[in-house]
Amino acid sequence: MLAPVQERTAKAWTRPALIDCDLHNELHGDVLALLPYLPARWREHVETFGVRPPAGGFYPRFMDHRADARPPSGRRAGSDVAFTRSQYLDPYHVAYGILIPLSPAGGQQNLELSAALATACNDWQVAEWLDREPRLRASMVIPFEAPDLAVAEIRRRASDNRFVQVQFSGRPQEPMGRRKYWPIYAACEEYGLKVMSHAFGSYGQPITGAGWPSFYLEEHVGPAQAMQANIISLVAEGVFDRFPALKIVSVENGFGWLPSLMWRVDGAWRLLHTEAPHLTRPPSEYIREHVYLTTQPMEEPDRPRFFLDLLDQFGDMTDHLLFASDYPHWDADHPDEAFPIHLPPQLQRKLYFDNAAALYGLRGRSEPAE
Amino acid sequence: MTRYVVAEAGEIPPGGRKIVELEGRSIGVFHIDGDYVALLNRCPHQAGPLCTGKLWGALEATTPGDYRTSRPGEIIACPWHGWEFDLRTGRSWCEPQRLRVRAYAVRIEPGSAVHDAEDATAPQPGLVPGPYVAETYPASREGRYVVVDLGRRPAATRSPVSPASGTAPA
Amino acid sequence: MGGTAGQQAPAPASLASAPSGLIDCDIHNVVPSTQALFPYLSAHWREHITNTLFKGPVDSSYPRQAPTTVRPGSTPADGGPAGSDLGLLRNQVLDPLGIEAGILCCAYPIDSLHNPDAAVALARAVNDWQIAEWLDKEPRLRASVVVPSQIPQLAADEIDRVGDHPGFVQVFLPVRSHHPYGSRLYHPMWAAIARHDLIGGIHFGGAPGNPPTPSGWPSYYFEEYAGMAQVFQSQVVSLVVEGVFDQFPSVRVALLESGFTWLPPFMWRFDKEWRNLRRLAPWVKQAPSAYIREHIRLAIQPLDAPASPRHMSQVIEAFGSDDMLMFSTDYPHRHDADAERALLATLPAMLAQKIRRENARAFYRLSS
Repeated sequence: MLAPVQERTAKAWTRPALIDCDLHNELHGDVLALLPYLPARWREHVETFGVRPPAGGFYPRFMDHRADARPPSGRRAGSDVAFTRSQYLDPYHVAYGILIPLSPAGGQQNLELSAALATACNDWQVAEWLDREPRLRASMVIPFEAPDLAVAEIRRRASDNRFVQVQFSGRPQEPMGRRKYWPIYAACEEYGLKVMSHAFGSYGQPITGAGWPSFYLEEHVGPAQAMQANIISLVAEGVFDRFPALKIVSVENGFGWLPSLMWRVDGAWRLLHTEAPHLTRPPSEYIREHVYLTTQPMEEPDRPRFFLDLLDQFGDMTDHLLFASDYPHWDADHPDEAFPIHLPPQLQRKLYFDNAAALYGLRGRSEPAE
Repeated sequence: MTRYVVAEAGEIPPGGRKIVELEGRSIGVFHIDGDYVALLNRCPHQAGPLCTGKLWGALEATTPGDYRTSRPGEIIACPWHGWEFDLRTGRSWCEPQRLRVRAYAVRIEPGSAVHDAEDATAPQPGLVPGPYVAETYPASREGRYVVVDLGRRPAATRSPVSPASGTAPA
Repeated sequence: MGGTAGQQAPAPASLASAPSGLIDCDIHNVVPSTQALFPYLSAHWREHITNTLFKGPVDSSYPRQAPTTVRPGSTPADGGPAGSDLGLLRNQVLDPLGIEAGILCCAYPIDSLHNPDAAVALARAVNDWQIAEWLDKEPRLRASVVVPSQIPQLAADEIDRVGDHPGFVQVFLPVRSHHPYGSRLYHPMWAAIARHDLIGGIHFGGAPGNPPTPSGWPSYYFEEYAGMAQVFQSQVVSLVVEGVFDQFPSVRVALLESGFTWLPPFMWRFDKEWRNLRRLAPWVKQAPSAYIREHIRLAIQPLDAPASPRHMSQVIEAFGSDDMLMFSTDYPHRHDADAERALLATLPAMLAQKIRRENARAFYRLSS
């Protein structure tokens, strides 16, 4: 068990309250947990045919969830709101947690099933998480490959402002900027919802632009590449001109790659902008306005000073960095141990609290732990 | 005073472990095949509870696909991110020069050495976290006890080098 | 392009003259037409191509007149593609820049040919054309063996056929491939590369038939161009994790037209994942960054340069090695930044000189 915050080192005493932008609420038994929320027609379908996401292959792993995150009830790690509260939210001075469920909804080839599962998952989030813990906010599961059905779900949920964003998997069927997804972005802009892309997830596509890697170690380095491709697409397709209020949140993709990406796409645009005349500004400007990134998995540079250099290269984009733990996954970051340097207080407040509060419209001030 | 009684000899079975608290530090004591080792229960990565992790054999390979396991149960993987440490030395398995967790010498000592209140160097009863706060470990003259010395590192052992130094076990 | 026949375009202003002794690691020699390969094709293939009007595989990685494909003045007067004229290469690059050695990277898209026999025949023809039309005519040039990389054993056969020719220093491998290049499927090819002590030159482009991103097919060439850096990253992961450098310890890999400013944070991330997941690939005996620094070099164009010289200095320092970068013009392709101004002039003289010459000289084993 983790020692509670009272027994921790001096560091935690001065650390602000935390908005954790990647907290996983897990389905105990996967789709079985959703059966009570499905209409009979789909319950019978799932019981007969099961859920069949496109099987892009499987990678034997090394670690499961964090071994100490299994609740005393014996249920799956992350599936018990009371244990999440007692093991994580309370001791770690978490002011708000943004839930990101990893449900089977998004990857379904049967698009109507995808929509039904999405609705069920959102109902589950309301009943078993949002209604039970006021510090929580949620990502809305949507059938993103069926934009009309996704928009219907968005409209259905819009009045519940505890849903702060919609969820895309890390590699949807088409690059995220493609016009197929524009109706979703229109609805999100209308309701002030962010568009969040969470690492991994597959529509049967490999995590590289050169075929399927063999090892989970390769797959685990891969999300950065997928997110970059999607950011390039969102910029190139003019999504940010078309939907000027839209905000994108990159979750669990790391962030060290962002400066070089901005330099590269700007260089490419300077030479190739006649191909995309609808873009009125350099790509990096769009990225600076519209893209946010969570800190997990934390960058581990060879030397601590390189982390400062990285923040220097970010410049004002440090306002777009959002702390996330990824609790209870094995690769989760510990809020007080993850950063390779001791952040100056102003930066602590931004990364731990203020940036996310501004983005998601959450109230409160960043304050040190009592 | 750096030596602490943490268990009776025989209490920790081979392949087993016991987490104790000594001088405010959480320490894992392991029994490997007749030897005892102790490591600080705090991973140098992000301070995870290292000593609660799974035990593995030492896994090496010369070429792709050529998996060779030796030293069963002597590598511990942190339950958080899986960093592997050699139980016998506390050194990181993949970067032994750069990364290590504090390791402590452990010996079996007779009750007579433990029990001698006149001897200023006798080990103190260790504190065992349990249902009672600060439960001390009673020791008798006739028994034999596992003693952790916080002031000493483990003696050099027979453990083969790790893969990062480039040699594989026979 | 206009201009009178025989007019030689002046060197573009951006290729400012640098200290002599420059080695250029990425020069494109472009096959002007399938007819140019006829002297090197069998009668069967000459007949087939003639009668079916086969124009050869279309190079989708470089749209013919795109601003990045063609720098001003590099299109020959006869209307052939930019990069197909040795005389222009001499006039625009080799002579004015004082190029001591130039490494040709022929991007003829053999990998896009699903017909294995066509792939083999055309690869052979391209390599024989390279010898006759480039290596035999210009002693400053070296070249890359073009191979049917989609069938690794056939690639190995072609490497065995021409790999010992002294002009060939490298095997051209398009970065977009059917499978990541570290896959055991490719180990016969890496064995041949090692056997002939060539460099695996992984280069921008490729037409494998699978999409260039993990999310399918992007709409714009501009996306694919910018996004190619990510494919390089995935390939480096594969080479290390699949143990290519453990199985073939002498192998050298060059990343060409890849960009390089992405490398340091990528190495940090890769090392981090290895510390977490080492057990999945235990033949990886040291941190991935150690393999990368030892076995991999990168050409400098495109620079992907930050606006701030301070940031470029930070990137260079974070490389943790002075040996890794190699000067390139990527002729006739066009880039945003001038290498002298945006990079070399900002570096300490010795490091700049290593990048201009010494690193490539050592890596490509070029004699003085």
